[in-house]
Formats: sequence, structure tokens, C-alpha cells
Amino acid sequence: MEALININKLNLFYGAFHALKDVTLTIPEKAITAFIGPSGCGKSTLLRTLNRMNDMIPGTRIEGGIAIGGTEIYSNEVDVETLRKKVGMVFQQPNPFPKSIYDNVAYGPRLHGITSKRELDEIVETSLKSAVLWEEVKDHLKRSAFGLSGGQQQRLCIARALAVNPNILLMDEATSALDPISTLKIEELAQELKDKYTIVMVTHNMHQAARVSNQTVFFLNGEVIEYSDTEKLFSNPTDQRTEDYISGRFG
Amino acid sequence: MPGQGLQTVSKAQTASKEIYDFKNKRVSIMNKVMPVLLFLCASVSVLTTIGIVVTLISETYQFFQKIPIFDFLFGTKWSPLIPPKSFGVLPLLSGTLMITFIACLVAIPLGLASAIYLSEYAPKRVRKIVKPILEVLAGVPTIVYGYFALSLVTPLIQSIFHSAGVFNALSAGIVVGIMIIPMVSSLSEDAMSSVPRSLRDGAYALGATRFEVALKIVVPAAFSGIVASAVLAFSRAIGETMIVTVAAGSTPNMTVNPLESIQTMTAYIVQVSLGDTPHGTIEYGSIFAVGMTLFVITFLLNILAQYIARKFREEY
Repeated sequence: MEALININKLNLFYGAFHALKDVTLTIPEKAITAFIGPSGCGKSTLLRTLNRMNDMIPGTRIEGGIAIGGTEIYSNEVDVETLRKKVGMVFQQPNPFPKSIYDNVAYGPRLHGITSKRELDEIVETSLKSAVLWEEVKDHLKRSAFGLSGGQQQRLCIARALAVNPNILLMDEATSALDPISTLKIEELAQELKDKYTIVMVTHNMHQAARVSNQTVFFLNGEVIEYSDTEKLFSNPTDQRTEDYISGRFG
Repeated sequence: MPGQGLQTVSKAQTASKEIYDFKNKRVSIMNKVMPVLLFLCASVSVLTTIGIVVTLISETYQFFQKIPIFDFLFGTKWSPLIPPKSFGVLPLLSGTLMITFIACLVAIPLGLASAIYLSEYAPKRVRKIVKPILEVLAGVPTIVYGYFALSLVTPLIQSIFHSAGVFNALSAGIVVGIMIIPMVSSLSEDAMSSVPRSLRDGAYALGATRFEVALKIVVPAAFSGIVASAVLAFSRAIGETMIVTVAAGSTPNMTVNPLESIQTMTAYIVQVSLGDTPHGTIEYGSIFAVGMTLFVITFLLNILAQYIARKFREEY
């Protein structure tokens, strides 16, 4: 697997708080990478640097570099909106817009200038199919997205992210608000999507990381302690702290 | 001594009885009196409203005994004090609507723009300073605005449009608009700020710019609140009295030219109330009919606002 994202000596500060310390990491293309670690270890923070969502938080300062496909994303020439279009994101709480199912998925494409009804119909259908939601909603696309269950809403949010044709999909604890069956569906979906997309997920659930990911990164206090193939990390960790965490001695 | 032991036991019994005595006179009286007292306080405003409506209706009814309601509603000449007397309310209505229209033309775009700025762009520090200042603007006495219109805005208008009179609708309308900007911006900003952060994040993550998020996510989600603020501002403009009395003149005038002097319904009521018009005359009764018209318009507007707000509400 080829590295798509190269993170090099990344330091991030929220005001005086040093949230990420010298993070160096490569993330492979078309695979699932999981970030694990206890609360406040910086895993979500790192995820949100990948589409520069941290830019919105006042007082954030960044040193070091993140290159996606060779392009330094924090350089001045990078257009944040184009970056976010290529690096989609799904959040912890399903956050559909207060619009119809159709309009939710069509929102992104419309934003980026697609107006033809036929083209939009096609994007909505393929995106919903990719998110394995099409069969459940195809007869009532005009209904409000709020009528869907939590798990369906989350798959709708995935469809919405896929509709702008990203290369990378970031999932920020995307199943933590869902019941076990919906969680399983999202995990299966992630497995299918990794053939086409590079997926980076933050999870507080180690078993989830073990089940679905190809590579796992373990964070502690803003540092990357260890990262390797998921199988290796869980069966044969090199660092004592990783072993303590995955065997449930803390966290 | 055996007697002593008995005494201790009975003492302990009394003590325990006191502990389990849950009756508390003070509290139970409070519980009965407070609701009544609070109800009385609440009924003051309700009774006042009823009193106003009853007075308006009865006086208006008497007025319409003398002047046919059709002549009042559709008459185009308003000359209640100078014979030949005529009671067509349309000139007053058109004056009021012109002021309101100009005011909304000023206040809604400016108010909305500042609300968007405050809620979506302004750093916390700026918002902390600007919002209270805007709200102070709402507390300025309207007579000050009237004076501001007459002494500053009118000369400015006259220097641009030489045909403008000393009293004109444009000046008063603009200043009424400035007066209601804080109402639009403050209420709209409240509605926009309460749109959850997660909706904005969802749009940002799709590559929306700040302006697109404001216009396509925040404004639609806060639409009902924004409409409510606009209608409230509209009603406030319709009912505004001091500015128009000072700056718009007292010429009932059915015109579409904002540079002419006009008279609004409110300004007419002031004129008659302050004058020496005897009670019980038709002229005197006419202010109740005009007041009733104003009341009905604002009442309908409120219903319209609620309807619009319900129809366009986006749940989140």
C-alpha cells in the first residue's frame, strides 16, 4: 500500500496547550487507518487537521507539515474549500441538514456548481447506493432527513460526504452515538468503501479498530506512541504503554 | 427512681412527635397566597389590553354611526378639521405605509447583514463590544431620532434633491429604519447563533465557504426567527409616532413621492390629541377609528408572522 498522507513533525497548540507533539505518521492509500487512545489524547485533533477544520478554532497554531498526495495542505496556496471537498468528513453525532433526504445529498454538488436535475439525480442515487441507504429511502427522497433513524442519518451523512467525490473520508467517532446494529452496518460500509477511498477513523472502541482497520495508530497525551498494521499492533505491540492500553489496564 | 425513668420516656416521645410534625403554617399560607398574588400581577396587563380594545371598539362604533365605514376605508381625502370635512383614511394609510416601506428598506438589509456579520464572522471580542452598542441604539428616545432626522438627515436630503421639503417622508422613513435596525439585527442574530455548530461543521466539511454557510445553512435554519424579527420591526415602524410627527409633516397626502410632506396615522392622532378638539365630536372620534385601523393592521401582521414562521420552520 502506498502512503497517501505524510505527517511530518506536526505540533499543534490551542493557545498555550500543546495538543499534538511531534507527530510523524504515514497513512496508506485505499485502506482504513484507525486512531485509538484515551480521551484527550489528540486523536480527533489530528483528524481535524487533515481537512483543516481546526482553522475555525481561534488560537490554534500549527508547526510542521502535512502532505496529502505530495501537496503541503497548510501552505498558503492551498484553497481550504477545495481541500475539504477532497477530504470528506463524518462527525460523531449524525448532523443532517434540516432539509429533505435528496437535498441533503445534493447540497454539496449544488454548492460546487452542479445545477442540472439529471446530473443531481444521478449523484444522489449513486451516493446513497454507496452508503447502502438507497433501498431504504428511494421511495421517499423528498421526506425530511430527520425522520430517519440515527443509523440511517449517519449513513445519509456519509452519502452526503461521498456526493462531492472526495478521495479521503474522515470518520470522527462516527458510530459512538449509534446502537450496535447500526454500528455494524457502518463498519461493513467502511469495509466496502476502502476499495475506492482512503479512510481515517477515530474510535474510542479498540475492538472496532481491531475489526475494521488495516493500520492502527495509538495516541497518548498528544504523542503517537506506536503505529503499525492493525494485526501486529494488537497481537505484538512494541511499546509497553500500547500493551497496557490494548489489554485494558488504563484508558 | 422509677418515676424519673417514666418522665424521660415521655419526654423522648414528645420530642419525636415534634420531629414528625410536618405542619407548617407559614409555608402553607405562602403556597396559597403566592399563586393568587402572581395571578393578579399577570392580569393587570391582560385587563389593560382588554380595556384598550373595548374603548377602541366602542368609540370606533360611535364614529361609524356618523361616518359610513365605506367612506372611511376607501375615501381618498382626509380633512377632518377644515371644512368641507372628509374622513377618507387612505391618505393617512398611504403615509404610514410609505414610512414603513422606506424604514424596512433601510432596516432589513442592514439589520440582516449586521446579524450575519455578528453571528458568522465577528471574533468574540468584536461581538462583545458591538452587540451592546447596537442594543443601546434601541434605547435612544425616539424624540432624539426625530430631532436627528430634522436637523441632520433632512438637510442632507435637501442638498441632494432640491425639491425636498423641510418635512418629508424620506427623511423620517430613513431614520425610523435606523431606529429599528437593532431590533432586526439583535433578534436575527439570536436566531442565527442558536443554529447548532454541528450543522455549520457539516457544511464546512463539504467545502462550503463562510458566506455559503451563512446564506445557505444558517439563514434558512434561522428563517422563522428572522421573519419574526422583520415583522416585529415592521409593526414597530407602523406604530412609530415621534419621528414622523417631528420630521414627516402633517399634510395628509396621497402621494408616492417620498420627498413630499405627508401625515401618518400616528401623527394624526398626536395632532388631534394635543389640539383643542372637544371630546365627543366627530373629529375626536376619528382618532379612535384611526387607532382601531392601526390596531387591526398590526394584529393581522402578527398573525401573518406566526403563519410564516410556522410554515418555513426548519427543525433542527
